[in-house]
Amino acid sequence: MSAADLPAKSKGIRDTSLDDASLHRWLTSTWETKRGIIGALSAVDHKVIARRYLITAFVFLCLGGLNAVTMRLQLSGPERGLIGPDLYNQLFAVHGMTMMFLFAVPIVQATGIYLVPLMVGTRNIAFPRLNAFSYWIYLSGGLFLWVSFLLDMGPDIGWFAYVPLSGPEFSPGKRADVWAQTITYTEVSSLAVAVATIVTIFKQRAPGMSLNRMPLYVWAMLVTSFVVVFAMPAVMIASTFLILDRLVGTQIFNPAEGGDALLFQHLFWFFGHPEVYIIFLPATGMVSAIIVTFARRPAFGYLALVLSVIAVGILSFGLWVHHMFATGIAKVGASFFTASSMLIAIPNGLQIFCWVATLWGGRPKIGTPLLFVLGFFFIFVAGGLTGVMLASVPLDLQVHDTYFVVAHFHYVLIGGSVFPLMGAAYYWYPKLTGRMMSERMGRWHFWLAFIGFNAAFFPMHILGLWGMPRRVYTYPVDLGWGNINLFITGGALVLFFSFVLFTINLVWSARRGEPAGDNPWDAGTLEWATSSPPPSYNFARIPVVTHLEPLWAARAELPVAAGLRVDARELVISTVAEGHPDIREKSAAPSIWPLFAAIAVGATFLWSIFTPWAVVWGAPPIAIALIGWFWPKGEPEDE
Amino acid sequence: MRQRQAIDLSDLPTYGMGSRSPTWWGTLGFMALEGTGFVLAAGAYLYLAYINPAFPLSAPVPNHWPGTIVTLLLLASAVPNHMLRRWANDCDMPKVRIGLVVMSIFGILPLIVRWFEFPALNIWWDSNAYGSMLWVLLGLHTTHLITDVGDTIVLTALMFTRHGYSGRRFGDVDDNVFYWDFVVITWLPIYFLIYWLPRFS
Amino acid sequence: MKATGLHRAAALLPMIPLSGCTGIQSALDPKGPAASELAWLIWFFTGLCSLIWLAVMIVLIWGLSKRRGDRAEPLDIDEAGDRKATRVVTGAVAATVLMMIVLSLLSYFSNRTIAAIGGQNPVTIKLTGHQWWWEVRYESDQPRRTLTTANEIHIPAGEPVRVVLSSTDVIHSFWVPALHGKKDLIPGFDNELTLKADKPGVYRGQCAEFCGAQHAHMALMVVAEPREAFDGWYNAQLSNARQPETDEQRAGHDLFMNRPCIMCHKIQGTKAAANTGPDLTHLAGRQTIAAGTLHMSRGNLAAWIADPQSVKPGARMPTMNLSGDELNAVVAYLEHLK
Repeated sequence: MSAADLPAKSKGIRDTSLDDASLHRWLTSTWETKRGIIGALSAVDHKVIARRYLITAFVFLCLGGLNAVTMRLQLSGPERGLIGPDLYNQLFAVHGMTMMFLFAVPIVQATGIYLVPLMVGTRNIAFPRLNAFSYWIYLSGGLFLWVSFLLDMGPDIGWFAYVPLSGPEFSPGKRADVWAQTITYTEVSSLAVAVATIVTIFKQRAPGMSLNRMPLYVWAMLVTSFVVVFAMPAVMIASTFLILDRLVGTQIFNPAEGGDALLFQHLFWFFGHPEVYIIFLPATGMVSAIIVTFARRPAFGYLALVLSVIAVGILSFGLWVHHMFATGIAKVGASFFTASSMLIAIPNGLQIFCWVATLWGGRPKIGTPLLFVLGFFFIFVAGGLTGVMLASVPLDLQVHDTYFVVAHFHYVLIGGSVFPLMGAAYYWYPKLTGRMMSERMGRWHFWLAFIGFNAAFFPMHILGLWGMPRRVYTYPVDLGWGNINLFITGGALVLFFSFVLFTINLVWSARRGEPAGDNPWDAGTLEWATSSPPPSYNFARIPVVTHLEPLWAARAELPVAAGLRVDARELVISTVAEGHPDIREKSAAPSIWPLFAAIAVGATFLWSIFTPWAVVWGAPPIAIALIGWFWPKGEPEDE
Repeated sequence: MRQRQAIDLSDLPTYGMGSRSPTWWGTLGFMALEGTGFVLAAGAYLYLAYINPAFPLSAPVPNHWPGTIVTLLLLASAVPNHMLRRWANDCDMPKVRIGLVVMSIFGILPLIVRWFEFPALNIWWDSNAYGSMLWVLLGLHTTHLITDVGDTIVLTALMFTRHGYSGRRFGDVDDNVFYWDFVVITWLPIYFLIYWLPRFS
Repeated sequence: MKATGLHRAAALLPMIPLSGCTGIQSALDPKGPAASELAWLIWFFTGLCSLIWLAVMIVLIWGLSKRRGDRAEPLDIDEAGDRKATRVVTGAVAATVLMMIVLSLLSYFSNRTIAAIGGQNPVTIKLTGHQWWWEVRYESDQPRRTLTTANEIHIPAGEPVRVVLSSTDVIHSFWVPALHGKKDLIPGFDNELTLKADKPGVYRGQCAEFCGAQHAHMALMVVAEPREAFDGWYNAQLSNARQPETDEQRAGHDLFMNRPCIMCHKIQGTKAAANTGPDLTHLAGRQTIAAGTLHMSRGNLAAWIADPQSVKPGARMPTMNLSGDELNAVVAYLEHLK
């Protein structure tokens, strides 16, 4: 396209009278991410940022998986000397941190960054520069942890880093500081994404998308983002207190000076339990989306599903103490937390029943995405039920901190989140790339993952009951745990191999996969109303929503809105509840400043583990970067 | 898929104030998460006060005067702050400029007094957990104070340039007013916890 | 249809052996009233949860394997079918609520049963966690009958024993699965539990809260014996360490007293009186070395003293650089400390 094709940039060219071809030209020139390195570093397109997030998180998944395989090799027999305790303790800490903070949370949020704006029918996420900033911060946090690990400076205190072990006296050196600051990086980034997601969902829904027409996945992301907003500050407080104790000599966790070691655990688990739901709730949204499409009917019990997601989000804050039953807290309190932990089984159960009822009342066709959802049922229900066992105070005291718990949370996290994520990968891959993934490889992937997973983790329940504590780098011969551990290691290798196959499928299908078309699954939600992959502006004209499954309701033609400017990044801002169009507001243009801000913030965090003065010296560059970020540049978006 | 133009949005306004604007919701989101941080930090302080039989751990009580002066200044700032909100909603540029200058001053004054609050705590951060918590609470609020004062000053400068003449910018002023209220309101419980709780317990 | 595959996988699960001879550190092989109560609870929960899991899977697979007409419009919903489903889902939720109430009550009463285990004037043990060993002190009204040992607890079988738990460094957790659930040792305050073994026997316990480099090698033995045997053991432990008898043992004794050994260890009746490391007064009478890391034997004792850092990397005990003869002498002396 040459400049001559475009009319002179007068103020306010509207899409009303443009034909499809010139509309496409205009929108492309307005919304496209510029080519070249500066363009790439300035990108604010939610799809571009989300792709970066997804790829980075997948790389961290592979790295965390390698940690796990290394640990499993060490544990494959009693008293093996493959790796010593110093490395082993770093391995499990870095494995946990990578999987929780660098893989699970970022990947569910990244999926949201990609899908939510498409599903609600808007052109970009709210606060796109904040979104870009969040990615850079996340990337620096991940690099920080992994470079530290490769320099033998990886945290060796577990992913929850209890004091006093992580405190100044028992963790000299920088390893515990690396833990604390990795937390800070990743939480800053998730909090930013959570706020952007909430505002996108509240204010940028397509005209007519009232709350009761919002897809279940969007509901799940909304609740998740709220949980992030209220849970993550707790761990930031905990890690900040810890780093203050370590670096400037505060006494917050030092019992000798009026501090308290359990305070850390309260703060950590006030975040840590909701964290599980931050990872799980988006997966429930994915399960809903896949089941609805594959059952070929709207969800059974839409309202019940929405209310259960909200209930789970709220209740998740009321059960952190069940991680602390062994600390000897008062009996009355313990019984309360038993009851509250059991309570959360009810909305979770309701969700499961509604999904099963949806499959019963539909016409299910089996495809790889649904296969992974079925795997989710098989594994997650088992994990949920062992969760009920852990909620019981006396029972917990036998299985707490053993391999039973290791089995339980892998059933819940891999079964509850990774299996749906894999299903989601097969389901939305055509939207991201325009090509289908190989179904044949997909089925192999599923069966290997399913068998490998159960072989690796089911026997751990038994090991735990037989007395094997978690986080041991070796175990004695005479306790008879050798064979079962060898079997587990075999399962872990199969599971790992299934992900190798998945990676091959991802790469192969990107070039050789069958072309997908706009809506390969004949699904009903708005992301399928645009091309695959979607154009930079998502929708040439913003859809008008009249039904929960807009594409099923409007088989013949899709109602759309006109009247937006095409020469500036204009969005429809709607009212929170009804989704009435209210304002035409400009979305921020690309900018390099979020990157600069992230560099300034990231360098400050990094430097601060060496001297507290870093916070003082880091402030001016951060301030400059933020001013550069917000100062208008005379672009049409600033008018 | 075929499309049909169902509605025309040409007549919608290009900015909105208060809860109509996404920025307002974003600000609210950040207030929610920062507020959670304040609540948890205060909770940690109360938790330590509860488990220690003698709190404030045999330290002298803080001198409340600098803190009280900051409190009075912050409370007084609410008046010009809300006048500024009205002017921003009217898009009245000369008054908004005056209001922002006044608010910048009302931001800097408590910061100056804040400098004297730290020594008035009568304990160092590394003496014991009580001292640590006082410094943490005061430090946490000071961070917010500095950030918002910086934000106000930049916005004031912006409103004196040609970029100021835009509905969005008046919306930004409105959000700045909103956030300043948050800074004032979060101070009140912290003021009580730092200066008065040790006197009552 | 892949459901058959699911069926097959489900059928395989029960074949994995769950119980049987499960060793001296197993919660499924209870040897005391608390652990028995808990084992019962574990089996009950497991049974009930397995049934529920099975029911959900059957309904799911059954639903999937129904043959249906294909490719109808997705918005044509079978209203009557949905009404039926509503009733079934409501019933399932009600059943869930009921089950949660039953399980909550069950754990509440179970907890009370365990808390009620106790007795008059029980033997009281103060257990202190260290990186990475256990300090065991038997409390007594008479200071002369207070006893300190390490890494091995002797208790009278059939009697409740009060264990007071604390830590001087990081958080540890005391767990002897065959006797009792775990409880943490936390710096700053004391926890407590009541240990009771039904029958004489040796039960292994292990630290269950990650406590640093050698968390894996922080075990302890609980030896339950009849009351008379326990009293005999107790009185023997109160006595001073045995004097060296052979020349080699005397040489070992002198080496011990002139090397850094005495900076950390205590041997009652000698000038070694430090308490940074485990008390060695009756070391050779214990079953293990270095908190359950090695069995007690001459060879293991030599291996441990010669190079503790390769046996238990990160342990606080430094390498002493003893010559071969010196090592033999020290081992001969320590082996003599029954």
